Amino acid sequence: MWDYSDKVFDHFMNPRNVGVVENPDGVGEVGSMACGDALRLTFRLDENERIAEAKFQTFGCGSAIASSSVLTEMLIGKTLQEASAITNEHIAEELDGLPREKMHCSVMGREALEAAMIDYYKKLGRGVPCDLIKQSTIICHCFSVTKDTVKDAIFNHRLETIEDVTNHTKAGGGCKECHHDLGDLLRDCWDKIENGQDTGTVAAQSPEAVEGTGGLQSLGSLPEKKAGPKPVDHEPKDAAMVARIQELMDQDIAPNLHRDGGDIEFVRFNDNRVYVRLTGSCAACRSSELTIKNVVEAQLHEFISEDLQVIEVAQ
Amino acid sequence: MMSASGKRMNLMEGMPPLPDNPIYLDNNATTAVAPEVIEMMLPLLTEHYGNPSSMHSFGARAGDAISAARDRIMALVGASLSNEIVLTAGGSESDNLAIVGTLRAYPEKKHLITTTVEHPAVLGLCRDLEQRHGYEVTYLKVDELGQLDLDELRDSLREDTAVVSIMQANNETGVLFDTEAMGQIVKANGSVFHVDAVQAAGKLPLDMQKSCIDLLSISGHKLHAPKGVGALFVRKGTKIRPLIVGGHQERGRRAGTENVASVAGFGMACELAQGGIEHENTVVRGMRDHLEKLLLAAIPDSKLNGVPDNRLPNTMNISFNYIEGEGILLLLDRVGVAASSGSACTSGSLEPSHVLRAMGIPFTQAHGSIRFSLSRYNKMEEMDYVAAVLPPIIERLRMITPFNEKRATF
Repeated sequence: MWDYSDKVFDHFMNPRNVGVVENPDGVGEVGSMACGDALRLTFRLDENERIAEAKFQTFGCGSAIASSSVLTEMLIGKTLQEASAITNEHIAEELDGLPREKMHCSVMGREALEAAMIDYYKKLGRGVPCDLIKQSTIICHCFSVTKDTVKDAIFNHRLETIEDVTNHTKAGGGCKECHHDLGDLLRDCWDKIENGQDTGTVAAQSPEAVEGTGGLQSLGSLPEKKAGPKPVDHEPKDAAMVARIQELMDQDIAPNLHRDGGDIEFVRFNDNRVYVRLTGSCAACRSSELTIKNVVEAQLHEFISEDLQVIEVAQ
Repeated sequence: MMSASGKRMNLMEGMPPLPDNPIYLDNNATTAVAPEVIEMMLPLLTEHYGNPSSMHSFGARAGDAISAARDRIMALVGASLSNEIVLTAGGSESDNLAIVGTLRAYPEKKHLITTTVEHPAVLGLCRDLEQRHGYEVTYLKVDELGQLDLDELRDSLREDTAVVSIMQANNETGVLFDTEAMGQIVKANGSVFHVDAVQAAGKLPLDMQKSCIDLLSISGHKLHAPKGVGALFVRKGTKIRPLIVGGHQERGRRAGTENVASVAGFGMACELAQGGIEHENTVVRGMRDHLEKLLLAAIPDSKLNGVPDNRLPNTMNISFNYIEGEGILLLLDRVGVAASSGSACTSGSLEPSHVLRAMGIPFTQAHGSIRFSLSRYNKMEEMDYVAAVLPPIIERLRMITPFNEKRATF
């Protein structure tokens, strides 16, 4: 049984502001039945442009209902500017914390808030203020993946296909409705990569005007090259190290991942960097970065060398 | 249901007071240890604590307890020889011993067959064998009622099929498989036939003397024995290699000092279960059917999962559309009812039950599935209580969800 706080139980069993606001100023719908979590958030502003009313409808577990409920309480009385500062961490804090596995429930709250605010500005015909969407918009609604998450993955792992993106971030793994947007995003990112504009993280990306989840123009064509198995290339002097790494991966690291239906493949070694590929359920896992750090890198540090750095490559 | 301000719902409003004793309807997960079982075990922990291998009276007493228990386990599965029973630490070990033990005995055979709806003890192992040990696994599909197709089994068998592993009864839906018909097909191919009877043992008669099953797994804690004890029936003449190597126990098929008290308890539990099979199929089935009828009648958009007339007598799996199972379980727990769900949220994974998904149950139903599994310790009035508290729980959660028959998803 999950270790829910009293506050989570209180908001689950006594949910506040259930329903749909009449004549809402903003409506945000995120998630889907397929992913097991969905939230519709509606709000109405008063004459001073403060949130007078906020209501929710949630499909999901106890903590999803509690996160939605507490979010509506946090919203009422705030201006949109103030509301936009509410992060998923704030939602979780307000509930005296959520189990780690349930943090996505608070993320869904933040995303619904964002979607509802964007809906409000769109209906007004106004541009969406950049700082309001600083946490980025959702591109894949099935798995609540933000555009920044996808961009980050494309730049850092040089992802080339929608399939790569799905394996890394889960985006596009559900209803496939976002495949068009993902294709646009891939083209946009690769254009930047080829023009030498990326720095390997999304930090340098300037915020674009966002319209819903699409809106990115096609800026160039994707490289034809398909991602495939890459040849193992390492210096002869590294042969002993490579053998040790491979042995540890096969005998200790991979069996751990197998328990969760995942797997890992050693790709290459160069200059203390260990390039690996996560496959199976690990590839689609939202916490694959944690797997890399806490499982793979930790084992390499313990048994081989503290200097090794693990880098995940695309499928 | 709304408070004066109209802003706060109370999901527990008007619920009856908690029953004197919690109502436990999760017996496919684990069961209460029977008082007779505890009574059997205690002296083996206090006075007769010897090692059965020792050459003194302490050891002899423990050895006698093991052999009496083995006779009782034999009787439950209808084995003809005491050395056909290999004691293990439970269902998962029995399944692993059956499958890996067979593969080791036939190293030239590289293929095995199982189903998409097996327990993780088998499915997880099969995935490991595929991914790390170079085996090929065929996973037989089920239809929307959870049933297997004998022709698919026939077509999947190969010359190098070492073992076919199929459950007797599904733990989530209770759906039964015709293991005798399957066994004949498997034996005609010369492959070893393993049946995971962890859920079926004690609920359905088993008779290995009249069966073509080679290996049969059973587990103690599913039939009112403690956790951590089980057995594998190994038909005389079936080749199997041990997983745990060391001492001579279990005729070299499973090393390690016997878990004497638990084994003795397991034996007693088997005897009680055997005597209770008729009760399971009359009284327990009657309670299950009663609850099922009441719930399906009282709750709109509810649907039974699995073939209705070929199930374990104690199990029912119902989907309540448009809501998520965890919320139902949390509220049921608050009114003193324990059940389980196939929803993604309760498992901590992103996917709902692999069994329901294999049956092609849509997400709208899979996330809101609840399994009730009864035992001989349940009472009819408990069914009436559940039938009274569940409809308002479902109704209230449906007031919160954005989905309904008009709009099933965003």
